[in-house]
Amino acid sequence: MSTSDLSQSKQNIVVVGNGMVGHHFVEQLSQFDGYNITVLSAESRLAYDRVHLSEYFSGKTADDLALTTPENYQQLGVNFELDAKVTQIDKAAKTVTTESGDTFSYDKLVLATGSYAFVPPIPGKDREHCLVYRTIDDLDAIQASANTGKVGVVVGGGLLGLEAANALKELGLDTHVVEFAPQLMGVQLDQAGGLLLKNKIESLGVTVHTEKATNVIVDGDDCVHKMEFADGSHLETDLILFSAGIRPYDNLAREFDLTLGERGGIVVNNQCQTSDDDIYAIGECALWNNFIYGLVAPGYSMAKVAASHIIGGEDKFTGADMSTKLKLMGVEVGSIGDAHAKTAGAQCYTYQNDRDNVYKKMVVSQDGKTLLGAVLVGDTSEYDALLQYALNGIELPENPDALILPSSGEKPTLGVDSLPDTATICSCLNVTKGDIIAAVDAGATDVGTIKSDTKATTGCGGCAALLKTVADNEFAKRGLEVKKDICSHFVYSRTELFHIVKAEKIKTFDELVSKHGKGMGCEICKPAVASILASVYNDYILEDDHLHLQDTNDTYLGNMQKDGTYSVVPRMPGGEVTPDKLIVIGEVAKEYNLYTKVTGGQRIDLFGARVEQLPAIWKRLIDAGMETGHAYGKSLRTVKSCVGSTWCRYGVQDSMSMAIFLEERYKGLRSPHKIKFAVSGCTRECAEAQSKDIGVIATENGWNLYVSGNGGMKPRHGDLFATDLDDATLIKYIDRYLMFYVRTADRLQRTSVWLENLEGGLEYMQKVVKDDHLGINDELENQMDAVVATYQCEWKTTVDSPEKLKRFRQFVNSDKQDVNIQFVDEREQIRPATLTEKAEQGLLIDTVNITEVEPA
Amino acid sequence: MMTELNSTSSTSSTSSKSSNWQTLCQKDDLVKYSGVCALLNDEQQVAIFLIDDDNALTISNWDPAGKANVLYRGLIGDDNGEVFVASPLYKERFSLTSGRCLDDDSLSVTTYQTRIEQGQVQVRV
Repeated sequence: MSTSDLSQSKQNIVVVGNGMVGHHFVEQLSQFDGYNITVLSAESRLAYDRVHLSEYFSGKTADDLALTTPENYQQLGVNFELDAKVTQIDKAAKTVTTESGDTFSYDKLVLATGSYAFVPPIPGKDREHCLVYRTIDDLDAIQASANTGKVGVVVGGGLLGLEAANALKELGLDTHVVEFAPQLMGVQLDQAGGLLLKNKIESLGVTVHTEKATNVIVDGDDCVHKMEFADGSHLETDLILFSAGIRPYDNLAREFDLTLGERGGIVVNNQCQTSDDDIYAIGECALWNNFIYGLVAPGYSMAKVAASHIIGGEDKFTGADMSTKLKLMGVEVGSIGDAHAKTAGAQCYTYQNDRDNVYKKMVVSQDGKTLLGAVLVGDTSEYDALLQYALNGIELPENPDALILPSSGEKPTLGVDSLPDTATICSCLNVTKGDIIAAVDAGATDVGTIKSDTKATTGCGGCAALLKTVADNEFAKRGLEVKKDICSHFVYSRTELFHIVKAEKIKTFDELVSKHGKGMGCEICKPAVASILASVYNDYILEDDHLHLQDTNDTYLGNMQKDGTYSVVPRMPGGEVTPDKLIVIGEVAKEYNLYTKVTGGQRIDLFGARVEQLPAIWKRLIDAGMETGHAYGKSLRTVKSCVGSTWCRYGVQDSMSMAIFLEERYKGLRSPHKIKFAVSGCTRECAEAQSKDIGVIATENGWNLYVSGNGGMKPRHGDLFATDLDDATLIKYIDRYLMFYVRTADRLQRTSVWLENLEGGLEYMQKVVKDDHLGINDELENQMDAVVATYQCEWKTTVDSPEKLKRFRQFVNSDKQDVNIQFVDEREQIRPATLTEKAEQGLLIDTVNITEVEPA
Repeated sequence: MMTELNSTSSTSSTSSKSSNWQTLCQKDDLVKYSGVCALLNDEQQVAIFLIDDDNALTISNWDPAGKANVLYRGLIGDDNGEVFVASPLYKERFSLTSGRCLDDDSLSVTTYQTRIEQGQVQVRV
């Protein structure tokens, strides 16, 4: 292949090396026209992910690790040669020549040759089964070698060494790590952190030998090798992996007179140019400010800077943060900035937990205001926050140690809002918070889109959690403004609508929507307003003005089941029921052939009632002295109870009477969501009151009140609100608490979520309810009294009204039944027939057998 | 009511279907902003909604998402002026004018031309 001279006007850019950094450079430059890029790689495959190299042994293939494909490069118009090791540079002629003799001319040459593993000059280092851990070819050799042995040793206890040890462990070898220094990961960790890491890794089955200098490697007695150490001890092994650091691949520069550092590395300036202006060096072969960066993120920055300089841009490389977070054999390790507290006057906070093997250290400036560095072993959950403190110089809270202490109390959280737009979120790809905001502004509405727009998290992936937090925060900022409006018909939240209804004494939805909203309303705002109107005025919910506002459950005063039938639940306060009532329930269930089940709320549910059967069923129940259980409403459901001191040997209060009193008092209260209570007669808590919205537990001296528990989708233990209350105070507190919830909660927000989102939380609630902090307690109590006083059994009102009963029919023009409702028997009761069963019986209705008629 | 329905049905069988209006119920049977269900040709379930004081819209009563005859028991509302009913089962919204489902393109219901003539609610068949 000869020099590409297809286009005279295009500059020839030759890139030597196709590691992660070389590839990143190609990606950067190929976005611009006017460049003819040629990649020369000594390896037999295009760029792959070396950061996740060890995953090759846990199932990933070379293809999985690949960062690009030949097709991709062809698409980008990038020429490439594999197995093309460059052996000569002619700076005067501006050409490079490969081992096989091919010559390529360049306008700009980019050296991205990377590094090689340093192998200490130990006699015996070149024996068979002495390998390094650097490339996929190395991995293949390691795998082959491991197949023949049982024991493996990694020489070097740094970051890469431990990754290599993990690889050996994955291959099933009895694995050892031999480290010259007294501790592991000496660059990133302090002594205590290193020791803890050693303990953790040893507990995972890897033996760690520190302070061992290897003198010689000779034939072993039981294994292939015997390593003899300076202290006289020895270790036998079948395989030795050297991972004692890296050395820059700078031989080309050395041979062809580019300036090198004293200990190697191609010297570059802030534009990543070498001593020859037309030759750049980037990544691990480059020496900037007398430093070689062995991480991928700074290499990417260099690639970007070099590409920018070639196209005439002004990016500069100004060093890079070497903070690291990774998982080594499942052990989380993080290191930030000045981990060794070398800054003058630096102060340290440490937290060590030997039981759980967790070690955390913060290095703080003398004035205690800025975070200089940190070490985290065993738990890196604070890494992202700490890194942001360190990188952005954010002032630390008054007691900074709270940032790393286990969260016994409130942990100061670093709100992502306090991050400046310049804060780097993804350091691999150098994506800032500002970039993420720009992506959201440009229309991204999910994290996936942000990832593909900004490339954030596509490097090491360590920033995924932080990216999500930042993104969610931005979504919330934008979404919240929209979400506060209950729907498109009102530009108000539920709480605001509540205040409007109350302040302006608005009595109907029509009045509210005509004065303060628009349109007909919808399935969101109509039930919400119905609930507000009910909480304030407690009208009969099937009044003509309210009827159309309710979901079907409230409109038909039953819980609709999947086949369109309803369930029937009479109230059974505290779960108490007389035999006579129980008999009536049984008779009704039998007569109408209803499926019968005891509920979790200590009452009985009758399923399978057709809409036209509901009035007759309820008439029977009401005549027997029962009333609606509001199982269909966003309202008080049940007050669960144990029998308490009346029967139980352990009960200390009459929980049964209290439960019945509470259920009678709050029944029919319409609220933002359903409300469940429970009362337990002693501390054994048989009624499970702590999982309820309102939980009451008897004490020797009265009642303990728990609030905002939940047992459903997101279980939450109730918070202890007040202790040893007398009956009157208990009721007063519950009145106020519930009415405050009714006023201020969002639609369909349970008391648990409501309290969690309430600014000030439980303490604030206590101030409002106990101390009348807002001066509204009289009003809250009066409003509750009004609701209690206007209670009516909705079913009784309905069965007494022939007009309302007209709604309870399937067809306005026929007495036929809905043929789609079909039951089959199971365990001696009915259940809805499945679609298959209906089809088998030929009952499935063909629904669209009438030609659609065009509207006039 | 039944007699009237029957007589209308018999008419429809003898003349052109597209020009026939079948009376299903009286306007008094309807509830403003709400739905009722009627049988068309004594077998086809349709849901009739009174969307304001004078106008009714009719769709098939079968909920293709929930697979039950329940649409007449849904809440009605508007989405930027498009009048819909939200299924009482899983809340899919169906346009009362076009029959399309606003939440799932693959679903739709049948619509019927509807008028109120001298207190009678009629659907064109």
